[in-house]
Amino acid sequence: MSLPQSSLMLVVSVTTKRDLLLAIRRKSDVLVSLFFFIIVVSLFPLGIGPEPLLLKKIAPGVLMVAALLSTLLGLPRMFAADYADGTLEQLALSPLPFGLLVSGKILAHWLVCGLPLVVLAPVLGLQFGLDGETLMMLMLALLIATPLLSLIGSIGAALTLGVRSGGALLALLILPLYVPTLIFASGAVEVQMVGMNANGYLSLLAAMLALAVFFAPWATSVALKIALE
Amino acid sequence: MLHVKNLSCTRGERLLFSDITIALGAGDCLHVRGINGSGKTSLLRTLVGLSPVETGEIRWRDVNIADSAMNSELIYLGHDAAVNGDLTALENLQFAGAQFGLSLSQPILHDALQRMGLKGRENLPVRALSAGQKRRVLLSRLLTQPANLWVLDEAFNALDIAAGELLTQLIKDHLARGGIALLTSHLPLKMVDILVLDL
Repeated sequence: MSLPQSSLMLVVSVTTKRDLLLAIRRKSDVLVSLFFFIIVVSLFPLGIGPEPLLLKKIAPGVLMVAALLSTLLGLPRMFAADYADGTLEQLALSPLPFGLLVSGKILAHWLVCGLPLVVLAPVLGLQFGLDGETLMMLMLALLIATPLLSLIGSIGAALTLGVRSGGALLALLILPLYVPTLIFASGAVEVQMVGMNANGYLSLLAAMLALAVFFAPWATSVALKIALE
Repeated sequence: MLHVKNLSCTRGERLLFSDITIALGAGDCLHVRGINGSGKTSLLRTLVGLSPVETGEIRWRDVNIADSAMNSELIYLGHDAAVNGDLTALENLQFAGAQFGLSLSQPILHDALQRMGLKGRENLPVRALSAGQKRRVLLSRLLTQPANLWVLDEAFNALDIAAGELLTQLIKDHLARGGIALLTSHLPLKMVDILVLDL
């Protein structure tokens, strides 16, 4: 089915609106993964102690790993409730393109679990003594990396749907796939810290994001249809 | 409109049914009967395209269902209530419509919920409702979404006598409009002229 661009966004917004409303109703779910991010990042300065040089050096890696784990925490929720109550079945039978409805759910996951990390990261970065320009780069890298994490993660969430101890399996399945994102996102911040140009890293991240926007919802919807059979 | 030819289904090693042939036209109602585990739900899920067809063929308006636009004419209500406990009855019905590509106005939504006997409970989170009331929220879709093909799996479950009669009336009206209905139920249906398939 070919759709004009306006109705394309309209279809995506159907599931996004619903999931955002649900996130507002179930605030605790959202806050748990945010506080997890804050606490994990804050533990490092506390554990390592007042060693500014070391803290500065590990900051990009710590923040990215924490963002990655925090995103992972929200992933099992992406489809589980809808799968259990039969809503996913209804989505699959909808006359609207299933891939776009799934994209809407991924978008909602990013808005709830990813975007707040982008906003929080500079505040947490201060604990590591990062300067203003590095904090800006950190935000920029996270802004490209977090949607990528949601998109890649959605495939894992769909594949482990209805599987016993799916959460642990999801982590094993998805964390290796997160490695390129981790390397390029923290790499961008690291080269910025030593005063070099980070455009190369950001371009690679953006290229991965462009690919993921196109392929991840498709792969996820195929995996969901298999789970529903 | 709906033609099924030589359909069979296996689950694991077990053959659930084989050589099912059905032809349904406008105004036809098919009551699928069978003991627990005889494959009624599997049959309905295969017919709507949720489960893959193993052998045989299913055609809607003379097109194989995989390529047909059946989804835009279909309401499938399964075992599960397909309502979210944290959303209100109104929101659940509204999103169900949105998933169907409809933007339903408040009067239409209120009207449907009122007809299903949920007046005064529109704005309660569905988790506060009883099992029967949840089913009523689900069944409200029959009033808000236009569809030619109704596939209702155990639709009478958890409904009280009044709601059961209302649903029977809705199905009769649907058939009179030239719609098609496929349903499973362990209760005898209070309708005349319906086709029966025993699995």
